[in-house]
Formats: sequence, C-alpha cells, structure tokens
Amino acid sequence: MFNTLTERLSSTFKNLRGKGRLTQADIDATAREIRRALLDADVAVPAVREFIAHVKERALGEEVSEALNPGQQVVKIVQNELEEILGGETRNIQLAKNPPTVIMLVGLQGAGKTTLAGKLSKHLKQQGHTPLLVAADLQRPNAVKQLEVNGERAGVPVFAPHPGVSSEHEDPTGDPVEVARAGLEEAKTRQHDIVIIDTAGRLGVDQELMQQASDIRAATNPDEVLFVIDAMIGQDAVATAQAFNEGVGFTGVVLSKMDGDARGGAALSVKYITGKPIMFASTGEGLDDFEVFHPDRMASRILDMGDVLSLIEQAERTIDKSQAEKMAQKFVDQEDFTLEDFLDQMQQLKKMGSMKKMLMMMPGAQGMRQQLEQFDDSQVNRIEAIIRSMTPYERNVPKIINGSRRARIAAGSGVHVSEVNTLLERFREAQKMMKRMAAGGGIPGMPGMPGGGAGGRRTHRKGKGKAKNRKQQRFGNPARAEAEARKEQERQAKKATQEIGSAFGAGADPKDFDPSQLNLPKGFEKYLK
Amino acid sequence: MELLLIAFLVPVLVGAGAVVALDRPVDEPQVKVLEPPAPEPVTVPAPVEAPTVEEEAVVEPEPELAPDPEPEVIAEPEVELEKPAPAAGRLARLRARLAKSNNVFSQGLLALLAQDDIDEDVWDEIEETLLISDLGADPALELVDRLKERVTVEGTRDPESVRAMLREELVAMVDPAMDRRLSATRKDDKPAVIMVVGVNGVGKTTTVGKLARVLVAEDREVVLGAADTFRAAAAEQLTTWGERVGVQTVRSEQEGADPASVAFSAVETGIAQEADVVLVDTAGRLHSKANLMEELGKVKRVAEKQAPVGEVLLVIDATTGQNGLAQAKVFTEAVNVTGIVLTKMDGTAKGGIVVAIQRQLGVPVKLIGLGEGADDLAPFEAEAFVDALIAS
Repeated sequence: MFNTLTERLSSTFKNLRGKGRLTQADIDATAREIRRALLDADVAVPAVREFIAHVKERALGEEVSEALNPGQQVVKIVQNELEEILGGETRNIQLAKNPPTVIMLVGLQGAGKTTLAGKLSKHLKQQGHTPLLVAADLQRPNAVKQLEVNGERAGVPVFAPHPGVSSEHEDPTGDPVEVARAGLEEAKTRQHDIVIIDTAGRLGVDQELMQQASDIRAATNPDEVLFVIDAMIGQDAVATAQAFNEGVGFTGVVLSKMDGDARGGAALSVKYITGKPIMFASTGEGLDDFEVFHPDRMASRILDMGDVLSLIEQAERTIDKSQAEKMAQKFVDQEDFTLEDFLDQMQQLKKMGSMKKMLMMMPGAQGMRQQLEQFDDSQVNRIEAIIRSMTPYERNVPKIINGSRRARIAAGSGVHVSEVNTLLERFREAQKMMKRMAAGGGIPGMPGMPGGGAGGRRTHRKGKGKAKNRKQQRFGNPARAEAEARKEQERQAKKATQEIGSAFGAGADPKDFDPSQLNLPKGFEKYLK
Repeated sequence: MELLLIAFLVPVLVGAGAVVALDRPVDEPQVKVLEPPAPEPVTVPAPVEAPTVEEEAVVEPEPELAPDPEPEVIAEPEVELEKPAPAAGRLARLRARLAKSNNVFSQGLLALLAQDDIDEDVWDEIEETLLISDLGADPALELVDRLKERVTVEGTRDPESVRAMLREELVAMVDPAMDRRLSATRKDDKPAVIMVVGVNGVGKTTTVGKLARVLVAEDREVVLGAADTFRAAAAEQLTTWGERVGVQTVRSEQEGADPASVAFSAVETGIAQEADVVLVDTAGRLHSKANLMEELGKVKRVAEKQAPVGEVLLVIDATTGQNGLAQAKVFTEAVNVTGIVLTKMDGTAKGGIVVAIQRQLGVPVKLIGLGEGADDLAPFEAEAFVDALIAS
C-alpha cells in the first residue's frame, strides 16, 4: 500500500513515461487515484466529483512535459486547480467604515469557536485594535467562563452580563440576542473598535438554535460572520456548511484544529459548496496558534505532499537566530561540527514539538516513511543522555573517545556500549557529509545526482542530501519540479560553473545561484540566505 | 538556514538505514513500501466471562429485558437524585433517530436500487452514497465490488434482493459477532476501571456523565475521576453529572494538577468504597501531540498501580472523517483502546468511520450517543445500526 498520492501515482505510471500527450486512459487512471486521495482527505463526494471532471477536462490533450511523467503532470494540474479554488479570493477581516466592526462566530459544537474568539481578539489587538469579546454562548456549560479566561489571557475585555450555565442540567436562561445587542452598545460607549461575538455551537439540524443565531445576526448586523469548522470533519462538512450558510449566512470560514494531522479536505468542500473564502487557520491550543490561511499549503496538505513552508516558519519562530548563524558560519568555514553543536540543535528542534512529526514533514519524508515510522521521539532523549554523559572535551573532539570512555559514557547514560558506538558512527558520517557539502563537492553515495527531474524528486533524497536538495528540488510539487527539471538541463550543460554543491544552502555562492529562477514559493527567498 | 540544522540531525537520528532506502532510483518500486503496513489487529483483551453481571450489549431491545432501573441512592440529601432510564430500551430509539438522520443515505440507496437495471452508473452512485457516510474509500470500494460480484454470480436483478445483499454485506462489515460488552464488573476484589479518552470537543465529559447514569441504572456503584485538569471547569461539569445520580466525583482542587494523580486517587477511592466501577475522564488531546499522548499513557500507568484499567473507551464524534482512523491508531498505541463510543449521532453525520476503525484495528464500537439528553447513550448493536442505515 502506498502512503501518498505521489507514491501511488508513481507506481501507476512507472511504465508510461515518454508519451507525447496525455491520453484519455492516462487521465482516467490518474483520476481514480486522485479521487481516492481526495476522498481520503475527506473532501466531500459532490465536490470530488465536480473537481475531477474539471481536472480531466483540463488535462486532456495537454502536452506532456519531458520532465514530468503523466501522473505527475496530472497532479500538477490538480494542485494548481486546488490552489485556485482554495485561494480564489483570500482576504482579511473587512473593517466597518463606522466602528465598531462586528464579527460573529458560528459553528458546530466542539468546532472551537470560543478558543478562536480568544485567538482572534489577540490577533486583532496586536494589530492595534481594541476588541471586545461578547459571551453570547449561554448554552454550553462554562462557555462564558472559558471565554473570560481566554479574554484575560489575551488581555482583551469580555462582556459577559450573563453567567451562562455550568452544567448540562441547567436550562439555559438569558437571551443571547439581548446579550449580543447589549455587547454592541457597550462597545460603542467604551469605544471598542471591534466586537467579537461568541455564539452557542449548534447542530445544522437544530432549527431553534439556528433561528437564534440568525436573530443575533439580525440584531447586531455583523460585518463578518465567520463559520468555524473542524479540519477533522468528514463528509458531513457539506450538510453543515449548507445548513449554516442558509440558516445564518456567513462571510468567511475558519479552519480549526489544523495542528492535528487531518488533511482537511473540508476546506475544499466548504469552498465548493458555499463559495465563501477561507480566511484563517487555527493551529493549536495556545492563543498565538492562529494564522492566515495559505491556499498553496492547504493544497499540498490535501494531496498529502508535505508542508515545507510551515516547517520552515515553525523553525524560524523557535530556533535561536544567533545559534543558527553560528552554525551557518561554521558550515561556510568548513569547521567540524561537534557533538555540542548537535546537542544544541537537538534542543532547539525539541522546542518545535514532536521530532518525528517534524521529520515527517521534511520534503522527501515519503521516501523514508518506513524508517520514520520506527523512529520514536524517546530515542531523542536517549541520544541526549548519551551526549550529556560525555565530558565537554569529548563532545568537542569526539575522536578521543576510546573504549574505556565509551564504557563510561554507556554506563553514565544507561545504554549499551553499542548504542554509543552507533551514535558516534552516525555522527562521524554526518560530519563528513557536512564537510564535503560545504566544500562544494558532490554528495557521497548519491551518484549522478539528477537535479530533480521527473522521478528523481521523490526517492533519491536522503537524509544526508537534505539541505542541498532543499534548494535544488521542489519537494513533491510537480509544478516546481518541472521548473526545476528545466533548470537541471541547463545546469548540466554548464556544470563547471554551476556546481551542484554551489546551489546549496548556506555554502552557496550568490553569484552562481539566483533563487528567483527557481520558481520558489513566495517568501522562500529569505530562507536561502 | 534553519533547515540546514535539521538536515544535519536527520542522518544521526534516523540512521544510515534511511540513507540506503533513499538511495534507490525512483523507478524501482521500493520493496519496503510495497509491503502493506499490516495493520495489526489489536487484540482486544477478552473481557473475563462473568455472564451474570457483565453489561451485555443488548440483544433485543425489548424493555422487559431491562434490569431494574432503580439507582442506588447514596445519602446526599441536598441533591434530589434522578432515576436514569434503563439502558436496554434505548436501542429502539436508535432506529428511529438514525432513520431520521440518515435520510439522504437510505433514500438515495432505495431510489437507486428501485431501478430495474443496475448499470455502472448505479454502482458508482451506490459507492458514492457509501462514501458520504464516511465509510472511507477502501471499505466502500470493497463493499461495492463484493456486491457486484454477488449480483453477477447469483444473477439477480431484483432490487429487493440487492438491497438484502447490501444489508448483509454491511452487517458483515460492522461484524455483529464482536464482543461489545463493557467490562464493568469488579475483578479480583477491585473495581473495574474505565478510562475515557479522545480528541478535543468530541464529548468525553458528557459521555462519562451519561455512562455513569447507565451504570447506576444497572445498579452498579460508581466513582468518577475528573482527570481533565486542563479545560476550565471540566471537573465541575463532571461533578454535576455525578451529583445528579448520587455518585462521588474525585477531583483536584487546583486547576492544572497532574491528571495521573487525580486518576490514582479516583481508583484509590473506588477501592476504599468497594465501588463496582471507577470512571476516569481525561482531557481532550489531539493525537498528533506526542507529549500529550505520553501524558495519557502516564495517567493509565499510574492508575494501574491501584487496579488494572480494564477498559479504555475512545470517544469519536460522528462528524469525524477519515482522520478518525489516525486518531484510533495513535490512541490505541498510547493506551490500548478497547472500545469506541460514537457521539453526536443526532446530527446529519453518519459516523461511518467507526466501521473502518473496527475493521482496521479490531476495536469494537461499544456505545453510541444519540443526542443531548442525559439518557441518550445506548449500547451499539451492529444489526440495528445497519438496519437504521438502510431502512426506508
């Protein structure tokens, strides 16, 4: 069984390379796989049907690029289409001409409205607004309290005239419509320029609550009604989105729980069904885990193609800049990396969360999925323990570690000597590899080093070549792979001047390498420095 | 630059094996990858046969089979105790509700099968209808293929018999033979411990509350443990559920306390009071958060210092899509899930994902939440579930 669409398609098409034009049969075969990929990502059936029909139409008769096999080419088309649909009109919150701007949140129970209210208020506050949170969810036990806690954390006042209920057994009292209206008045008198109204979660089929939401809408005349939907939702996304769109009407969509591993096909479904733009993604339990929606990443995610940009951003947020620069400098100077450096980096990365998850996000992770599946985050701790059992001198000059030192280190960290050996051996390899890369030479054990044309993209990338490939290849995105393949031909023609190694990360010579030619995603350039 | 750092770590962490695998040219199918990852059927620890007291998955929903619904009244004068409805009669309602919520599904199928001629389009639509129930691409395809085959072999064109076949196949897929009993009986002189886990917002606390009512209705003595110390006021919510039926709730006074210690004292209390069942509620957590999953593992390990945790129920929201499978897998790895509770079946969602979970992991669906009412938690029964799905 293949884990990703790319793998599946590659296997479907391994014999089909070199045809001049996409045939109906090619497209049908690919369409089946894409359909499955979309269904596995929980894209709604009607949306899948329509989407596939559209893609087929577009793909038929398309010139086969030399660099891409038909499967990849169709994937490229699919991805472009996805991005187009998802990103058709991304936009930000529309502010009212006459403040306060009223934002109302609606959605199913458990979708994450109250949490989002806190995040949104913080986000807006950081932009210099003075939001007011209004607790109009008098239905769910302790919803008001939760909003108050969130407001406090975000440093945003909460308007909660009614305590709501504290258990399922109390009948909700108080009129949420009245609360919303009063909240709006309050904001006007206290000069808040944004009002965020948290409403009760409801089922699409619950007429009464739907009516209530619609009443709140009528009473407050919000500038934005945001529909909060769980990224994990399945086929029910259609019914839900429809019910809310008809019952209340919303102006934008927020995808919540994007920090999980759901592929979030709901994004596509909702967009398809309602045509409303997806504006934000909510990515965790902290109040800062909130970001503007990125259609291109979502497209890759739905197609299960890895999400490098998010990884980089996350890295950027958590990794200490000066540390990173020090490392890069070492790299350029071709100094030896020490176990001390290694430990530092590992600690930095640990801050980013599960190491396994992160490695899985690495481009090319598909190829090492097997290894990664076996990788356990607790191994990181063992490695850390081993390194910590070394003296500072040993960490800096690992080659002095002889048999008796090994025995001591093993005893100190509670592992077998063999584990210490393995670590040291791997470390030596990595060290050598880094040095060779920095020297601009090829990567050991990667003969030929095809630049990233058609097939090469997926598997030849290995841990060692990672940094290098980062730039040279476009991680599973066929569009970029294609561009890259073209590049590669040129590159091979003038290999003398454009050494592969020179196109590599920190060691790159800017003269030989122009990032703008690489068709990199927007904003990528800054990572190339 | 940051990625450079990561790049350096990878070979050391993952090891040379990764490098070898990656070295292969792309066109050669990777042998390793071709091997199906063999979803190892998780062996559900067979509940010890204790036929007299085990709460049986109700075989027949006749109310007369209901055990005496009298809850044991514990002296707690300030609260008027409620008498929860018996669990047994509940399934009858399942049928009516499911039929209501699955209109699209059943009507669609009926209309399709009412056609005289079953051609490729009809099969496609049957498949789509199955997909819409969140059954998942693989099971849906498989089901349709099997159905096709049977139609060809048996040479039937009669919509009624095709429908019967569909029902049969669906029932087979849901597997009525699975042991869906809840282990809620004292064992080795210690209470049965049930842990309830799941991602955020699926209704864990509510499920614990409702389950407590079911158990009280079955005359069990119950202790609740509020090990959700993360969400504001989750413990209060649980306490309220407990008070209503006169059940004690063990909780921590301070917020953000170690959930494992709460679970520990809950079980301790259960042992001291010679309760039949200790129900431990846990905080919602996304399965992709490794640290939180570790914490959950710890809660279980620590609770087991007192008495074995015989049952771990994973709560899954009916709206959950294919990600439910990933949830079930990870939770099973962390705490060995022994049963699924499907909640929020009162909406338009169909909850078909549980079928896929059952098939892949061998973890049976044990309970099903039908709505917001306090007594809307019913034992799951395969035949009734399927009947409701395809009933007109």
